[in-house]
Amino acid sequence: MRIKTIELSKTYEKKSRALENLSIDVNMNGIFSIIGRNGAGKTTFVRILSTELLPTSGSGYINDKDVIDQAEEVRQEIAVVPQEARPLPWLTPLQTVSSYLMWRGYSYREAKEKGKEALRELGLEDKEGEKSRKLSGGQKRKLMVATVISSEAPIVFLDEPTTGLDYLSRKELWQLLSRMKKDRLIILTTHYLEEAEILGDQIMILDHGKLVDMGNIEDLRAKVKLPYVLKVFSEDFKLEDNELQVHPVSERETFVYGSASKIYGLVPYLVTKKMKFTVEEASLSNIFEQYLGNGEEVEENEKEDS
Amino acid sequence: MKRRIRSQIMASILVNSIYAMINYPVILINTLLAPLAILAVVTFASKGTLLPVAAVGALIMNMVSSGTSLQQDLSHLKNDMRLQDMIVSSPTTSLVYIVGMAVSEIVYSIPTLAFLIVLNVIFVKITVIGGLIIFLDMATIFTFSISLGFFLSTFTSDIIQSWGFSGILSPLLTTIPPVYYPITYIPYPYRYLAYLSPTTYASEIAQSQTGFYSSSTSSFVLAWIILISITAVLTYLALKRSRWREI
Repeated sequence: MRIKTIELSKTYEKKSRALENLSIDVNMNGIFSIIGRNGAGKTTFVRILSTELLPTSGSGYINDKDVIDQAEEVRQEIAVVPQEARPLPWLTPLQTVSSYLMWRGYSYREAKEKGKEALRELGLEDKEGEKSRKLSGGQKRKLMVATVISSEAPIVFLDEPTTGLDYLSRKELWQLLSRMKKDRLIILTTHYLEEAEILGDQIMILDHGKLVDMGNIEDLRAKVKLPYVLKVFSEDFKLEDNELQVHPVSERETFVYGSASKIYGLVPYLVTKKMKFTVEEASLSNIFEQYLGNGEEVEENEKEDS
Repeated sequence: MKRRIRSQIMASILVNSIYAMINYPVILINTLLAPLAILAVVTFASKGTLLPVAAVGALIMNMVSSGTSLQQDLSHLKNDMRLQDMIVSSPTTSLVYIVGMAVSEIVYSIPTLAFLIVLNVIFVKITVIGGLIIFLDMATIFTFSISLGFFLSTFTSDIIQSWGFSGILSPLLTTIPPVYYPITYIPYPYRYLAYLSPTTYASEIAQSQTGFYSSSTSSFVLAWIILISITAVLTYLALKRSRWREI
């Protein structure tokens, strides 16, 4: 499965630039995660490639078909759960899934059979006859994802499908997506960096409509200056080193970011002092902060924007 | 019609009318009440003399209400549920979506239509040709209202705005114009204002068949030309200028 953009740009009416000359070429099966701050351009990117929105300039392709001029062909190959999409409250889960499949062209009987299969897969078969308004928030999101995943579309766009869900509900959705990704490309935008790290076979970082970087977690980690984290659990630990970033988390906990050689260089000292510690590779959150700055910088940027 | 398109149209009918009626039967009373309420008021106020006009007028109102309801339904599905985004990026085209949703509005008002047709058969004396003309008249005003409803719904950004459109359209298209009463009841120069509404032409055509308005052949033809022209423009706007895919 392939998605490609060339110099893709989008400027909205009020001159706000949502995407700026974005060029990517992704050829894979699996989950392609898109991360970025609010307003980074994630949803605009998804809406253009899913043929809902026209770009201001540039071009986009889904399996080599132009999303502007060949939208009808593209729509045969994609399915989308937009941000904030909800099941219609007056429909049952089975009616929700089967109606969507009928809009994709399945017959009533095929759609009902496939709908039942999808609900079984999700563990929602006992809810198939209840009205969707009675489902929990997690079940509603799972139902929306199941609705598109039950279709034949090889490329699926999910725009922040887990926003607002508790951790356990998110984990259930992650399991579902992991099972469903084998023969398709799932394009997932998310605010949860942990989610992007766990699920993303490839991760794209956007900022102010521009591509910051793209690759799997190892690729991204290899490009940052501080790819390792030393977590020290001791009140007595103090350190000053210009090549390391030291973050006291609490009185008893300090995180130190640095290169492998610098971090492992501290280990003998910690062993001698009998301090508890762990050494980990930088998480996507750490990498994200290194690419885009920490929260204070984000606040400053937002002030400048406003 | 291809099986695929039949399924897509059927999906709209199921979602917007059949499932809604099965899961919430109370909505049937809602559709029945609006045209019957005005019909009752006009009939009582005229001591029964305007019942045949009001019975035909209620049919016209039902057709126009389909459009205003469609506007609200589509706006809700688009803005609150994000359903339209899912449909836009699916193999269903805007035309197939409108047709399905339009038929769903008809299905939704079948109980009302059945009641009004029985009422018309009993109280309105017309010829077979007259009946056919009224049927074509209804079909045209239905196409007009559905096109208007779809066109407006694609521009709404929330349900409050959609309610605003409906609140304006209902009185302007059905309550104020001479839908439930003969146009001759409106004194000049206000009668000219009535001709700003396409439902006035639809009513004039229907009332000319029921004997409540005697129009010359030329004004009858002119009413048809204007009604068809307005409908054609609205249909063009709905198909070509609505915001199916956003810019």
